[in-house]
Amino acid sequence: MTGTATSSPERVPLVDYLVLDDGPPHLIAHECTSCGARYFDRRNACASCFGTDFTTVEIATEGTLRTFTIVAFAAPGVEVPFVSGVIDCDGTSVRGNLTNVEPDSDHVQTGMKVRLTTYSLGTDDQGTEAISFAFEPAP
Amino acid sequence: MSDEIWILGINMTKFGKHFDRDVIDLASEAVMAALADGGVTMADMDVLAAGNLMGSGGIGQQVQKQVGQTGIPVYNVSNACATGATALRTAIMSIKAGESEMGLAVGVEKLAGVGLLGGGGSAKKDGQEWEPHGRYGAVGPTDGRIGTDTMPGVFAQVGMEYGHKYGGADFELFAKISEKNHAHSTLNPLAAYSKRFTLDEIMNDMMIAYPNTRPMCSANCDGAAAAVVVSGEKLKSLSLEQQRRAVKVSASVLTSDPWQEACQVLPDVNTLTRNAAQTAYEQAGVGPDELDLVELHDCFATAELVHYDNLGLCEKGGAVDFFNSGAPWRDGSKPVNVSGGLQSKGHPISATGIANIWEVCHHLRGEAGDRQIEGAKVGLAHVIGLGSACGIHILEKSAA
Repeated sequence: MTGTATSSPERVPLVDYLVLDDGPPHLIAHECTSCGARYFDRRNACASCFGTDFTTVEIATEGTLRTFTIVAFAAPGVEVPFVSGVIDCDGTSVRGNLTNVEPDSDHVQTGMKVRLTTYSLGTDDQGTEAISFAFEPAP
Repeated sequence: MSDEIWILGINMTKFGKHFDRDVIDLASEAVMAALADGGVTMADMDVLAAGNLMGSGGIGQQVQKQVGQTGIPVYNVSNACATGATALRTAIMSIKAGESEMGLAVGVEKLAGVGLLGGGGSAKKDGQEWEPHGRYGAVGPTDGRIGTDTMPGVFAQVGMEYGHKYGGADFELFAKISEKNHAHSTLNPLAAYSKRFTLDEIMNDMMIAYPNTRPMCSANCDGAAAAVVVSGEKLKSLSLEQQRRAVKVSASVLTSDPWQEACQVLPDVNTLTRNAAQTAYEQAGVGPDELDLVELHDCFATAELVHYDNLGLCEKGGAVDFFNSGAPWRDGSKPVNVSGGLQSKGHPISATGIANIWEVCHHLRGEAGDRQIEGAKVGLAHVIGLGSACGIHILEKSAA
């Protein structure tokens, strides 16, 4: 998989499709070798064409915000408000939060250009730091 | 094989808070009332299909013990918000297969006070190691960090995506859809909430997930609905009064979501609804222009907009213009959710897919009282549950 570091302190991604140790942080997907459908989770067979061969591909780190919501009421422990959206990253739809932008409809609009960024979720007792991703407005 | 399927009897309980009754009580009330409405008894039933998502399971057998144990096959079904429609369709399929002449379907839920659906996950306790779990190898909860799992947020994005694609859908437009449904609910004595809101009140209420404020979200409540279905052949042997009040099921369709590029990150509620609608119109031999009323799955105001389009009530991309024309108001050309919809009538999940059929039947029978759509002959009921499942039934007034 993605984590190859053996020395502490270590950084681990929040999800296994976020790659931190191979150049700039980016997302990866399992791509069906027959039809090109992409999945962030593992699949027994392709949901589109039933093929069983997959290859790993990098997802573009810049994209366009296709839709969003500003969540003001969430489960306990989830900080609000936050912006959740779907980003079209060069043809692959990615789900993520928006960051480094005011969470209101004056500042967040569909069609805006965004790019991948990462941030720390904290460090555990072993000194391991968890890293998550989000998207921020691109200049 | 039987060609025709009819609804012989149907009932919904009052939706709302039923603190003194459990799901078995509510389901039994709906079942006994549906049987009485159809002029039949449990002895006439050849099959029972039952749905309840939040309970302990086996609701069908639990209800039998209250209304009559006759040894007939019971199918307990579970299909998210399409559970009620799936139960009805299960009874219909049994008749179509020739195994039954009459069948019973019931859906029930207790949801009052449940609160936000979807989302959550246990947060990491300080000091614990980050350890990967699940299909994404997540070392902690992803809800709120990688988008939202909450239903108001998911369906907000569904509506906003439509706005991005076609334009014209802003906060005010979505709030106006909610204004319509709450206005409609004032005529429905069985609705959980029947209070009219001004547009300002809706827009300035508590924000849940932009652009959905609280009154723009479906109301969690308790309720049940049940229906008796009968084959066309069997109906002929029943009384003229039963034949007159019977409502023809011209189409009964269930679909799931075919693969689409983005469906792994945001549920695609559109494609399976469009597919179901197309099949239903073909089965029934009627088009959307012939519908006198529509009950569609407005779990959130943002969802209602996209389903105008998905059900073919307007041109593709024309849902905003359709709404702004006044068409879906009860005095418009295509009344939508004259019951008040899920936003005010309420959404006891498993009951919803039968309750919306009850609403349509009520109008087709001319029994809807103050909220009667005059001269209604054809109606459509639609539900969608995430995962996803879509149920559509087209209903026609009896010619007898």
